[in-house]
Amino acid sequence: MPDMTKSDTSVAAPDAVDVAAPALQVVKSEKTRSLWGDAWQDLRRNKIFIISAVLILLLLTITFFPGWFTSANPAYGDLSKHYLQKPQLGKVFSAEWLGYDQQGRSVYARLIYGARASIAVGFGTTLLVTIVGGLVGMIAGYFGGLVDSVLSRLVDVFFGIPFLLGTMVVLNSFPERTAWVVIGALGFFGWTQLARVMRGAVITTKQSDYVQAAKALGASTPRILFRHILPNTLAPVIVVATISLGVYIGSEATLSFLGLGLNGVSWGNDISDGGNQIRVAQWIMLYPSIMLTLTVLAFIMLGEAVRNALDPKTR
Amino acid sequence: MGRYVARRLLQMVPVFIGTTLLIFLMVYALPGDPVRGLFGDKGGSPQVIAALRHQYGLDQPILVQYWDYMKGIVLHFDFGTQIASGRPVTDVLADAFPVTLRLGSFAFAIELVIGIGLGVFAGLRAGRAADTTVLLITLLLISVPVFVLGFILKWIFADELQWLEPNVNDPSNYGQLLMPAVVLATASLAYVSRLTRTSIAENMRADYVRTAVAKGLPRRRVVSVHLMRNSMIPVVTYLGTDIGALLGGAVVTEGIFNIQGIGGTIYQSIVRREGTTLVGLVTILVLVYLVASLLVDLLYAVLDPRIRYA
Amino acid sequence: MTIIEEAFVPSPRDGEDNGGPLLEVRDLHVEFRTREGVVRAVNGVNYSVSAGETLAVLGESGSGKSVTAQAIMGILDMPPATIPQGEILFRGQDMLKMSAEERRKIRGRRIAMIFQDALSSLNPVLSVGYQLGEMFRVHQGLSKKDAKAKAIELMDRVKIPAAAARISDYPHQFSGGMRQRIMIAMALALEPDLIIADEPTTALDVTVQAQVMDLLAELQREYNMGLILITHDLGVVADVADKIAVMYAGRIVERAPVHELYKRPAHPYTRGLLDSIPRLDQKGQELYAIKGLPPNLLHVPDGCAFNPRCPRAEDVCRTEVPALLGITAQDGTELVGRASACHFRKETIDG
Repeated sequence: MPDMTKSDTSVAAPDAVDVAAPALQVVKSEKTRSLWGDAWQDLRRNKIFIISAVLILLLLTITFFPGWFTSANPAYGDLSKHYLQKPQLGKVFSAEWLGYDQQGRSVYARLIYGARASIAVGFGTTLLVTIVGGLVGMIAGYFGGLVDSVLSRLVDVFFGIPFLLGTMVVLNSFPERTAWVVIGALGFFGWTQLARVMRGAVITTKQSDYVQAAKALGASTPRILFRHILPNTLAPVIVVATISLGVYIGSEATLSFLGLGLNGVSWGNDISDGGNQIRVAQWIMLYPSIMLTLTVLAFIMLGEAVRNALDPKTR
Repeated sequence: MGRYVARRLLQMVPVFIGTTLLIFLMVYALPGDPVRGLFGDKGGSPQVIAALRHQYGLDQPILVQYWDYMKGIVLHFDFGTQIASGRPVTDVLADAFPVTLRLGSFAFAIELVIGIGLGVFAGLRAGRAADTTVLLITLLLISVPVFVLGFILKWIFADELQWLEPNVNDPSNYGQLLMPAVVLATASLAYVSRLTRTSIAENMRADYVRTAVAKGLPRRRVVSVHLMRNSMIPVVTYLGTDIGALLGGAVVTEGIFNIQGIGGTIYQSIVRREGTTLVGLVTILVLVYLVASLLVDLLYAVLDPRIRYA
Repeated sequence: MTIIEEAFVPSPRDGEDNGGPLLEVRDLHVEFRTREGVVRAVNGVNYSVSAGETLAVLGESGSGKSVTAQAIMGILDMPPATIPQGEILFRGQDMLKMSAEERRKIRGRRIAMIFQDALSSLNPVLSVGYQLGEMFRVHQGLSKKDAKAKAIELMDRVKIPAAAARISDYPHQFSGGMRQRIMIAMALALEPDLIIADEPTTALDVTVQAQVMDLLAELQREYNMGLILITHDLGVVADVADKIAVMYAGRIVERAPVHELYKRPAHPYTRGLLDSIPRLDQKGQELYAIKGLPPNLLHVPDGCAFNPRCPRAEDVCRTEVPALLGITAQDGTELVGRASACHFRKETIDG
């Protein structure tokens, strides 16, 4: 069984005081050990990290090269392929492998081509919220005072509206929902979480001695922000961003289920359609559901693994 | 304490105004027209439409509309009128709110009991197989989208096993509400248990827990008296913000199980572009959220004596 | 006197029936399994304490002094810690062979512990009155009201002013010295036979340190308790301890009655520690410091663990681990209570 919390065992380890000295010496003898270096050592041995990384690589390959996985056309419906024909689980990777949907389209081909929508929305939204939220959080945290008060209230305002409801309202105004529109809508309400994380991290880092020292030496504000503060806030931001990537993929599917998601081939749409046939043809919704869940799971597991590896407290 | 509450209430005013304005702008500034929507494809006569638009104040500049709307709420507790039925939004709300409240409370209770229970169970066994198992279960629960879970549970328990009703006909029947409540609670439950687990595992290593053990207290007492209260502080914060998420999540759950609550009503009003109803309902949700977060802050003081409210 | 007494009665409180020491640690080993390897934190430690006696255990961080104490208390996290061999005899009974429940009943009641950082060692969300009273409620089954009265009494004993008024205050509302007094009061609550104080004054201001130390010594005399005082500060030890054990890298390197150790150390490490105390009569001279760093417990040097830092080290020190042996004076008589784990113990003690 993969053991993600392995690190916890060794932490609870010796009383901190008594083994602090040898630990210090280890750092001295192996100069390469840093927060990220340590984390990498940790991750390489973490089964959950490896499983999720492999899954994500596979998904990216499917997204960019769907043709490698299937020759069938996901949009081509052949009504002679009735959806009540059971999937032919023996015919691996063929169009009939996972059966057909109501319109005689290959479930497998739609599974492969549906990855693109999820991955695009997930990565696009995460990129958007990380930039916007990160910037707002950094400004609020670094300058404090009135700027912080105003920005924090702004974050509160957006936080007050339930995420799903907000995106639904926005998306409902767009009859044609491209990936850009969906990313924009999710990002419009999603940036607040990262802004909060970034603000907290900046405030903590700002008070550290080396930032005070840089200030005392007369470093410029942008230099302090980007050279000294930013690198030290990356850890929590990366963790939250990775986990929310999974969450956005799930949200996109949920919006599709509500009829407000991406137009075109997507797992959310297929699950929604298949849900109505669940009594007679479970596979229509089951396979995209499994793919979707695995995808979300992969990103959440990756984030959790990175969080554990980066958190000195659990080490 | 009194002064703190007053200050927090004052802080809530700009957030409330901001949030309602945001939702107002989103609903009215984005394309689409609720009055035209009433007539469907045929389209009404321009005069009738203009008259209706005037009646609902839709011909006014948007900020004027917003001002009138807020005035109505504050002065007469008037949240507007549902255009489709002509009923006041407060009436619509009075029908739908108790249903969602019951569903939400049920889900909240499940989340609380099972989430904290699982978290404590795993946290006390941090690093062992039981902890890893709970971790994987919770990660899986977080990853399964709500509607997928809804479909699958419905298929297994209603269609195949026929233990439960597939749809909720009588929202006062807790047996019928069980399945939707579980579906609604699932993701939050998993978060609560993760948070509890982390908090417990971290506090297990705290010096004061070591002291409690060194005092010769039985393990049960160490956990229930010394460990729990400290560990619940971050969990309470999450639970406070989660009340809003539960009400938002009700949109999907109520859709799957055909429940006539706030979620269903909101979904209908989004699709029909019923601006007034939507704004009214979301305003109520925002109020609930703000009050919940204030309550959480006050609960903090009870849990942690180190926090002083000036 | 209580219900618990019936379940476990090793010996009556004042009856020194076996005449032996109160606590005896025999060849204790403690290991931690970490990702980098096995850390041998305690490596064959022997010491004993009698009633009314104070043993000071001296050593740097990582010397294993705190781990030994935690093993005695039974508050080591196992795993990752394991105790592969050794005995901890309390009134002649090996505590390592007792059931968890038997050990729990000894903890707090017969052996109590005082920790270094009182702020983090007291529960931040419970009032001090509750935390003190808990001892009586759990071990003696007193009611809430009686326990509170006892708690006020205790706070008076450790000289906390206005005890009755402050009983409902929380730890963060007290000063550092007062908090440490509360820790002491908690340890004293049930008048235990033995108290282990793990660096009880390290976190305090120097002026407060002396007050707290005096209080501890006074109470120890009054109750005729055994006291194990763990510290890295030679200055604290001189006035209160009867005998000293110096630890280095998980072993005891020297054992001596307190004043003899100061006069004539028999291990180069002890000598180094003594020389690094600032002294008024050597004002202006450079302060002595032991060169090098404490050993990495994952890679303890071969032979004597101290050899890389020892000014006296010779080839034998790099190959053979010196045993902790008694010392004979120049006239051939055995020096009572003294032992050193140095190949050159005689040369060291003589100058």
